[in-house]
Amino acid sequence: MENRSLVTIADHSRQKIEYLLQMARQFELHPNRLLLQGRVVATLFFEPSTRTRLSFETAANRLGARVIGFADPKVTSGTKGETLKDTIMMVSNYADIIVMRHYLEGAARYASEIAPVPIINAGDGANQHPSQTMLDLYTIYQTQGTLDNLHIYLVGDLKYGRTVHSLLMAMRHFNPTFHFIAPEELAMPAHYKDYCRQHGIRYVEHQEFDAEVISGADILYMTRVQRERFTDLMEYERVKDRYLLKLPMLAQAKPTMKILHPLPRVNEIEYAIDDDPHAYYFQQARNGLFARQALICDALGITLEQIENDTTILS
Amino acid sequence: MKQQQLLVAALENGTVIDHIPCDKVFQVVSLLHLDQNDRDAITIGLNLKSERIGLKGIVKVANKFFTDEELNQLSVITPNVTLITIRDFEVVEKKEVQMPDTLTGIVHCPNPKCICNNEPMRTVFHLERPSGRLRCHYCNTEIATAEAVIEH
Ligand SMILES: [Zn+2]
Repeated sequence: MENRSLVTIADHSRQKIEYLLQMARQFELHPNRLLLQGRVVATLFFEPSTRTRLSFETAANRLGARVIGFADPKVTSGTKGETLKDTIMMVSNYADIIVMRHYLEGAARYASEIAPVPIINAGDGANQHPSQTMLDLYTIYQTQGTLDNLHIYLVGDLKYGRTVHSLLMAMRHFNPTFHFIAPEELAMPAHYKDYCRQHGIRYVEHQEFDAEVISGADILYMTRVQRERFTDLMEYERVKDRYLLKLPMLAQAKPTMKILHPLPRVNEIEYAIDDDPHAYYFQQARNGLFARQALICDALGITLEQIENDTTILS
Repeated sequence: MKQQQLLVAALENGTVIDHIPCDKVFQVVSLLHLDQNDRDAITIGLNLKSERIGLKGIVKVANKFFTDEELNQLSVITPNVTLITIRDFEVVEKKEVQMPDTLTGIVHCPNPKCICNNEPMRTVFHLERPSGRLRCHYCNTEIATAEAVIEH
């Protein structure tokens, strides 16, 4: 049987990404359906992540599926020494698909190799978080009308932020220009710059983060600069305010520029910006629902054509 | 030179691993579990003159033909050794051992947060080109071949 699991979208072709975006578009038009009636979706969160879990469970519920699983590894057998394999094999007997988040890197890849049902990676340690990338791509497409030839500014923690790394890799098909704005300690790692060079992705590094720099952006992708990421706390104190986005900094922004953030934010986007038309992070989070509906359906072998001709639409 | 030729020629059936860097000889012995072999005649040569690599080591094992997996392991420890297969005193094959594109259950992943270090499972590494580095199939950690540690 063909393995329909989703472990990473780094390997997806342009065509496949566009296909999934079209699918997500259908769910944005009509998110409530009975397309998955009679199916059981398992959400196994070996590491707690309330946002991601709620988003996946809402996606399944709004398509009529039933959801089983656990939200907290403390209540599961993992702590009793059961292997991941045993848990996956057990749950595969009950569910048609498994959405899993794990604190170990490569856990989803391994699960996809042993499970008789498809696996969706909802985050594996510092490694991959493809559903976040999918919703980011969908949001960029939705706000810009295209994924091609965009100037995407990545701000904040570019060293540990896996969302920016996945986004960078997924965008390679679309001729982007990336702009990196980060404190030195959290700069984009060399191997991602190598990746850019190998794939013909242009990138620019900026020292400043001000209205003038931002004026070139189509997408301003903000991330958290976390204190615990710094080895030198003096350095943290020096730079922490330099990567905060404040309303006056949007003075020269393109009218179509949108601000994204994977959420939760701490203070990197000031609250006054929430009401500005450039702010888009809450809509972005909402898109997570449609993107995840698409990913679940695709993993279950449901095609775009079936979704377009779906007769189970409720609203 | 004569003595070396004799060393090889004296083998009726078996395998000769030639051109081993001297400092790798005992790793090769332990990797192939030759130290636990109490059946076959084994000859280990050290500090022999080689035009190719200066001083070399050589290991000769009677009645032993290595599996692909053993050769893959060998390729990680000492790339480019020469493997000579002998049957009825004749050299029937002579080849350089090359690293395959995928190494299964051979190299240890240095990332403690990798699933392969936390589950009873085999590691998988891919040989990346053109860098020649090894990349973990699960966590994507990359290591230089020279740093690779063999799984036990
Ligand atoms: Zn690994």
